[in-house]
Amino acid sequence: MATTDTLHGGGPLAPALRRRHRRDRSMTWVLTALMVGIGALLVWILVYVALKGINALNWGFLTDTPPGNPSDAGGGFVNGIIGSFEIVGMATLLSLPLGIGCAIYLNQYATGRVAAVLRLVTDVMLGIPTIVTGAFVYALWVVEFGFSGFAGAFALALVMVPLIVRATEEMLRLVPRDIREASLALGVTQSRTIMSVLLPTARAGIITGVMLAIARAMGETAPLLLTTLGNDLFVETNPGQRMSTLSLQIFGSATGGFVNAQNRAWAGALTLIAIVLALTIIARLVARTSAVRR
Amino acid sequence: MTTPERPDVIDRPSESGSATNGTAADTPAPVSESAGHGPARRMDVIDLNAGFGERTIIEGINLKVEPNAVTALIGPSGCGKSTLLRCLNAMHRTATNAFVSGEILLDGVDINARGVDPVLVRRRVGMVFQRPNPFPTMSIYDNVAAGLRLTSGTRAGRHKFDDTVERALRQADLWAEVKDRLRTMGGALSGGQQQRLCIARALAVEPEVLLMDEPCSALDPISTAKIEETIMSLRERYTIVIVTHNMQQAARVSDTTAFMTILEAGQPGALVETGPTSSIFDTPSNEVTGAYVSGRFG
Repeated sequence: MATTDTLHGGGPLAPALRRRHRRDRSMTWVLTALMVGIGALLVWILVYVALKGINALNWGFLTDTPPGNPSDAGGGFVNGIIGSFEIVGMATLLSLPLGIGCAIYLNQYATGRVAAVLRLVTDVMLGIPTIVTGAFVYALWVVEFGFSGFAGAFALALVMVPLIVRATEEMLRLVPRDIREASLALGVTQSRTIMSVLLPTARAGIITGVMLAIARAMGETAPLLLTTLGNDLFVETNPGQRMSTLSLQIFGSATGGFVNAQNRAWAGALTLIAIVLALTIIARLVARTSAVRR
Repeated sequence: MTTPERPDVIDRPSESGSATNGTAADTPAPVSESAGHGPARRMDVIDLNAGFGERTIIEGINLKVEPNAVTALIGPSGCGKSTLLRCLNAMHRTATNAFVSGEILLDGVDINARGVDPVLVRRRVGMVFQRPNPFPTMSIYDNVAAGLRLTSGTRAGRHKFDDTVERALRQADLWAEVKDRLRTMGGALSGGQQQRLCIARALAVEPEVLLMDEPCSALDPISTAKIEETIMSLRERYTIVIVTHNMQQAARVSDTTAFMTILEAGQPGALVETGPTSSIFDTPSNEVTGAYVSGRFG
């Protein structure tokens, strides 16, 4: 029968169909190869950092400050670890309400030109090189009050805010209009709708976006060079003073030219990756349990 | 009829929903009880125009929505049925550029008048949407309790709304199917169950009027039949307005039918004819209505 013939790959359409199959197979192959390539690159970076970093990474690395003489072995980055948590923590406290508030405003209240201008501003902020952000805070703050953890947190907050605004707004935009209307139609006020319906619905995505911003801030070095400067001598927990961070210590040790310092830099890089990974996993778990428990 | 002389009952900021009206003795139908415990309310639409920006969607609508009855809005796609429905709970106004003129009276009070809070209007005029839209982060229980929980100022206990949730789910004919899994997610239900969940959610806040925007258009015939049964049993307590594309459905569930259409291309939608459902379908007085209900439209 003619139909059977067609189904078995015969008939007038067969050559075109075969071409399509070939193209489908080759494109699938190309995309798979790209994916494997990118995955391999990522694994390579992680494994390389881990292999290099594991040498100098020991308990002392997490509890000691760097040795007085950077060419010595031993010592650690405890002041940088504490500094990173403190400065990024402050930057998060600063940027989280600001970023989420701005995203809510953009998504729910701003219309027409106001919204367009605000989006442009966040886009421009996203595109500003962070060294420029650092220079801005340097001119505005450091010249007046000196290097400090606060100045660093401020600079990092400026880096984080547009990231959080963008991520949160995208997530809020993904909440179907139906859901919002369902709440309004029950006689729920707009503010309560935002707090109790929209934000919880978008929660998982918002948490992911905020985590990306935090991870980014954890690794930022340039703006901190110009604002908190660094402090390799002792553990400084007072954010009114110049402080160290992991990223600053990695930068300082890696560029110093001493093998032992470079080993510490590798260990610091591994620590940084581990911290970001741990924070991301914790955030995912929090997002999941809180979504299911209700 | 045009301007309510008594104070607006809906603009009271009282959270309890007990919009105690001026208890003047001459008030014909005192709006004094808490929402929902009183009789169903009537709505009157007078010379209503509505649309977005420069574009008028519906024009010159006059409609009486009788209490304890089901009013069906029928008509071809794009004739403004949904817009009219969304005007009745001030939902239309939430869109950017939206405009409304004319009057929509809820028991004589214009819901678009100055000082009338649309939020409080919506607590008395509930709505069920075309597509089932349960809150995805909430359990079945929390979905039904959402209206009460989110409109009350206080944090409520886990079991505070047990009675209300059961009543609303029974009214929506869903109780038997979900009573053993009230704490599971509402989104896990089937489409028909989700829509009945949405009806239960709307009923839980005890509105006086219930608006339904093509509530069955996304559902299979069996779910549709269940929801139609629900609608007919709700008629005793509520004023119901239902938009439907399904003329058999209008004929089955409604007491009054209003036919809307666009009389000329490019014109806004208009209400052509309103009347008892049987006469709209059997002896329509307007020939356009007759053509539509008999399937000879266009």
